[in-house]
Amino acid sequence: MTAKATTSATWDQDVLQAKGPVLVDFWAEWCGPCRMVAPVLDQIQSENPDKITILKLNVDENPDLAMKYQITSIPAMKVFDGGEVKTTIIGAKPKFALEQDLAAFIG
Amino acid sequence: MPRGYDVLKHPDGGKPPATSGENVRQLIIIGSGPAGYTAAIYAARANLAPLVIASSVEAGGELMNTTEVENFPGFPEGVQGPDLMTKMQEQAEKFGAEIVYDDVVNLDLAGATKTVTLGSGRVEESDALIFATGSAYRRIGIEGEDRLSGRGVSWCATCDGFFFRERTIAVVGGGDSAMEEATFLTRFASKVYVIHRRGELRASKIMQERAFANEKIEFVWNSEVVDVLGEDAVTGVVLESTVDGTRSELALDGLFVAIGNDPRTHLVHDKLDLTPEGTIWVDGRSSRTSVRGVFAAGDVIDPTYRQAVTAAGSGTVAALDAEHFLAALGEAGAPEVDADEIGGRPEADRASAA
Repeated sequence: MTAKATTSATWDQDVLQAKGPVLVDFWAEWCGPCRMVAPVLDQIQSENPDKITILKLNVDENPDLAMKYQITSIPAMKVFDGGEVKTTIIGAKPKFALEQDLAAFIG
Repeated sequence: MPRGYDVLKHPDGGKPPATSGENVRQLIIIGSGPAGYTAAIYAARANLAPLVIASSVEAGGELMNTTEVENFPGFPEGVQGPDLMTKMQEQAEKFGAEIVYDDVVNLDLAGATKTVTLGSGRVEESDALIFATGSAYRRIGIEGEDRLSGRGVSWCATCDGFFFRERTIAVVGGGDSAMEEATFLTRFASKVYVIHRRGELRASKIMQERAFANEKIEFVWNSEVVDVLGEDAVTGVVLESTVDGTRSELALDGLFVAIGNDPRTHLVHDKLDLTPEGTIWVDGRSSRTSVRGVFAAGDVIDPTYRQAVTAAGSGTVAALDAEHFLAALGEAGAPEVDADEIGGRPEADRASAA
């Protein structure tokens, strides 16, 4: 199970109005560390299908949202719950470190 | 447990054992930059079926964060750093290297068999080990730097430059990587200051000339960043003159730190001898470290040159050294471990090689 893509057009429905926590991975094609963290996020999604929804947002294609959420470094991962940002993780990290950061949601 | 050389070969085609014990590999390579992958290519072609611990999120090493590489021989048109590393990885795999995307959390180098524990809990053992972990970005070491990391403070222009369109930013540093970052960042930023603590650059001529010719770049000489300002995002920096100590503020939206790298040796601090520069000590032009059967290559042993090509060459040296070491082990059978030998001083190594 891989993380699905979200866009500005589907943002409200996919993220803000979603039931349960949603992790959004702000990424871009040209970002080396994003390429490394993507499969790790896919794994975390596969292992926690009922606890968290992981979505990818391409910042090149959706600059409005990158701007709105003040992204200055990617990969940036924000966990939304009830439409609010609960946690922000900046930079690619090993799986165990990401799992620690997300313990409140997938623990 | 006593064992003979035959168990080192993998009847199951090099499949990793679930736990430690019976299946001791011949060679484990830690690191996946030019040194690690080149060592893997040579070792795989020598039928050593190396296991490469590539890191979970930094596989491919420093070149994954670069754009155009113009000085790697064989690419007259230049090559993208990530593409070059993907090709190296494919070349290593083609000859039988196994690559695992995980991080080493513990190393036991004391015995004849080296034990490597990964983040996932997986344990791997080998007779020889090549350590090629490269280097990590150096930090300035001031409070605001960590606090605002990812909030305007960055170590990677190619990663984060995009978010500073039409903004004012600064690059700290005076070397090639600082010039490269500054020049790259002018694609996005309206203004790029280069803050350097000296009155001249140590960057190569070609990189200096490119930066000097760029209208968006302005140099701030003889200045050190002593504080990064901003609550949730960078708003500026405090500069201190290295000439007379006067302080001033510079308003900025972003700060890119490019003041060099430090060898990544935290896994082996108390296990391998280091040099005064902080790199892993190796014996002369070889890759032999202070522990028998452990070899090191690339930026982690190189305080001076630190190029993709020199790292690749260094990886070759390590693979050949490891190959000779393993061949000697094979002839003599795996030696029983002698506590006095565990330290594996290089003198003994030289004597046995002579």
